[in-house]
Amino acid sequence: MDRTFAVAIGGAAGQGVATPGDIFAKIFARRGLHLNAYNAYQSIIRGGHTFLTIRAGIEEVTCFGDHIDLLIPLNQDSMDRHIGLMKANAAVVYNSDTIKPGSLTQAQLCPLPVNQLSKGSRSKVEQNTLALAASLRMMGVDFEPLAEILTEQFMRKGSKVVTENLDIARVGYDYAGANFQPFAFPLPMSGMQYAVLSGNTALAMGGAAAGVKFYCAYPMSPSTGVLHWMAAHARSAGILVRQVEDEIGVINMAIGAAHAGVRAMCATSGGGFALMTEGLGMSAMMETPVVVIDVQRAGPSTGVPTKTEQGDLWQMLGAGFGDFPRLIAAPTDILDCFRLVPEMHNLADRFQCPGIILGDLLLSEGRSSVDPKQLNFDTEIDRGEMIVSADPANGENGYKRYKITESGISPRAIPGVPGHTHTAATDEHDEDGVLISDEFTNPAKRRAMMDKRQRKVLGIEAAVQPPVLIGTPTAEVTLVGWGSTSGVIREAVAMLNEEGISANQLQIRWMVPLHGEAIVNILKSSKYTIMVENNYSGQFARYLRSETSYVPDGCIRKYDGEPFMPHHIVEAVKEQLACKTHKTQQLSVPVHEIMV
Amino acid sequence: MATVLQLQPLTAADFKGKVDPDWCPGCGDFGVLSSLQKVLAEMNILPHNVVTISGIGCSSNLPGFIDTYGMHTLHGRALAVATGVKMANHKLNVVVTGGDGDGFGIGGNHFIHTIRRNVDLLYVAMDNQIYGLTTGQTSPTSRKGMKTKSMPYGNVEEPINPITLALAAGATFVARGFSAEPKHLANLIKQGLEHKGFSFIDVFSPCVTYNHDNTYAWFRERIKKLEDDVSYDSSDWHEAMKRGLLWGDEIPIGKFFQRTDLPSLHEAEPLLDQGEPLAHRELRIAPEIVRNFITELM
Repeated sequence: MDRTFAVAIGGAAGQGVATPGDIFAKIFARRGLHLNAYNAYQSIIRGGHTFLTIRAGIEEVTCFGDHIDLLIPLNQDSMDRHIGLMKANAAVVYNSDTIKPGSLTQAQLCPLPVNQLSKGSRSKVEQNTLALAASLRMMGVDFEPLAEILTEQFMRKGSKVVTENLDIARVGYDYAGANFQPFAFPLPMSGMQYAVLSGNTALAMGGAAAGVKFYCAYPMSPSTGVLHWMAAHARSAGILVRQVEDEIGVINMAIGAAHAGVRAMCATSGGGFALMTEGLGMSAMMETPVVVIDVQRAGPSTGVPTKTEQGDLWQMLGAGFGDFPRLIAAPTDILDCFRLVPEMHNLADRFQCPGIILGDLLLSEGRSSVDPKQLNFDTEIDRGEMIVSADPANGENGYKRYKITESGISPRAIPGVPGHTHTAATDEHDEDGVLISDEFTNPAKRRAMMDKRQRKVLGIEAAVQPPVLIGTPTAEVTLVGWGSTSGVIREAVAMLNEEGISANQLQIRWMVPLHGEAIVNILKSSKYTIMVENNYSGQFARYLRSETSYVPDGCIRKYDGEPFMPHHIVEAVKEQLACKTHKTQQLSVPVHEIMV
Repeated sequence: MATVLQLQPLTAADFKGKVDPDWCPGCGDFGVLSSLQKVLAEMNILPHNVVTISGIGCSSNLPGFIDTYGMHTLHGRALAVATGVKMANHKLNVVVTGGDGDGFGIGGNHFIHTIRRNVDLLYVAMDNQIYGLTTGQTSPTSRKGMKTKSMPYGNVEEPINPITLALAAGATFVARGFSAEPKHLANLIKQGLEHKGFSFIDVFSPCVTYNHDNTYAWFRERIKKLEDDVSYDSSDWHEAMKRGLLWGDEIPIGKFFQRTDLPSLHEAEPLLDQGEPLAHRELRIAPEIVRNFITELM
């Protein structure tokens, strides 16, 4: 049974959806509630429609769910878009001076006469504060936590503004107590206190924990949040942050810094990544590690910049010409965004190759609660075989940067170390760095260098654990997802099991190395397999097939820009199981009911 | 042994690379390489404290022919890579070399932005007004009317003027040399290396194989050293622009412009004010700072 509570705020961009959203999130997290938040928005600075859903509960909340318990429309448009989807037991809190309910609803209507309550005050903030306070009263939250947060929020604007806000909040709080029906279940509490962060913040903090000392970027939604955190915390974290002229400059600058010895990172979205691909090959050829975050958004081309998709997998797999070892992993939730970054840096450093983190808007701009203890900055740091100071034992004079070794890894001397001068070239080169693309061209040497670099693939495969099945192995249906769909599939699996359809989940985190054999071994013993992907063509299904020849029984795909909701998956699974005697692969494309 | 060697004055031979240049006999780039080696030795800069970074092209092969740390990067990207190197370790001497196609064509965007940032490095463009390694096509500095394999009926486009472009973008050191004037060039390279900020030297470096217009003789007839004009004031930006625009019977070489009142990028970055270069800093962040990061989220 769903024991979560979801509040949604809808309005035009610039109307102040974010602030009440932040306040709800803080109040929930400070009560020891887990939460998951997703903001559906548009590429517009003022106007349009923004719809923020925050879902909280005692247990971990892995997605924004299917239902809204409390709707706060800040304008008529938001009321009209969402009232029809409101169920009985839900409530709608709105400014009755400017917004009318429109169509009939089973939900409780909670009109706030804002002009009267705010004594004709001018500010749109008053409408929001009134609605916020009224909502919290209906949820059974005391006034003090709200007062505390409003004080924090408005402190820098002076005590007068704080008092004004507290007064108006009190009015809204009391008005709701006198006029509206509280929710049947008051918002619970636990002894915990959680941190709330977005995937972008988690990625940036993961970089800080990994010891990243150079971060650069060109602004691109939905990855810009990484740049913002990095820039805001650069001085305290000791990270040099640069905004660069384009993504070509970004990756080249990052590789330059990495080559000189720091851990370097950059983030972008698909379009920016496309510009970086030549640089990715340079990282591989010079064997200078670099970590690139690609936050996917709906493509192709400019696409829908503020919408989510898992459409860049093949770009990552094929980025750069020629064959070279690479690492690609897709974090499965916001905490995993934090954890994956140091892990990726360790592997990129050890294997001296590019590492790609494949996130998406759902994670990067979504928010979730995290136990602060999980944000561990003492994580392992492994810089691999690096020479950072002169040591005669390292074979001065005879130093070969690209020495042929069994592992394919050659100790890497950074500039400034005496006795180890060499040239790192993007042209094919010999062990000592001398080009073998011109007068010294030599097929045997070329083959030896290719073999050397590609041997690293074996080490990479051994360094990453294969995925494991979550749930009962004998289930009737196995849902396979990758990256950010982890949470929504987990909830869909729980819902299916509750309905008596036994289901389990295989979530893929590492794309390269894939561990295809291990995956197929799991799927071979599954009764019915469905691949769930937030894209049109089933990019992961096609990839797994290309690597292993494995074909799933069915696919569920969504490419409308919005993430899956649990019921989309549950309903599609039921449809497919109902006609599973079909010989051909089944495809379901759920419709997103919410118009955002 | 190593210590004793370092006490000896360095010579150009200490900067001799693992292999000899494979440029065409007579290529202007030889003069640039030898001037650079000579100046580095004269200034007693140890090879391991220099990073020579290039893009792609004939002249971009230079890092392989000089004994320093070298990076032979992507076509047009050397300045971006070099900025990263300098930020990660600002104690290194960074020298960027490349050609006109590399620097002003495919790398044009990085050129103006690296200038704007005043990154403390020396950028020597070996400008031969042609694409050499791809066997003779029009470059961004090819003169109007010049016939090449890519413009067999003559170039209809106006060339870029690297000097005025650099000045307009805000370069703090702008010079032009000629590879057949090695003493003059060496002096410019020395000043460029000493300059704290972005130093740009556009060097006429004739391509004897593909450019039959801009030959050694053609340049010799025209070049005039700014240093020979005692009235010339290289701190006057407007005058520098005027001289920079001269092209024809008289083509000035020498130091057009220098200003020393602007901080370079690493000097402008408080993070690099004190302590070791980034590359040698502690990776872990102090626990009290980490606590602040997490408290912000609660």
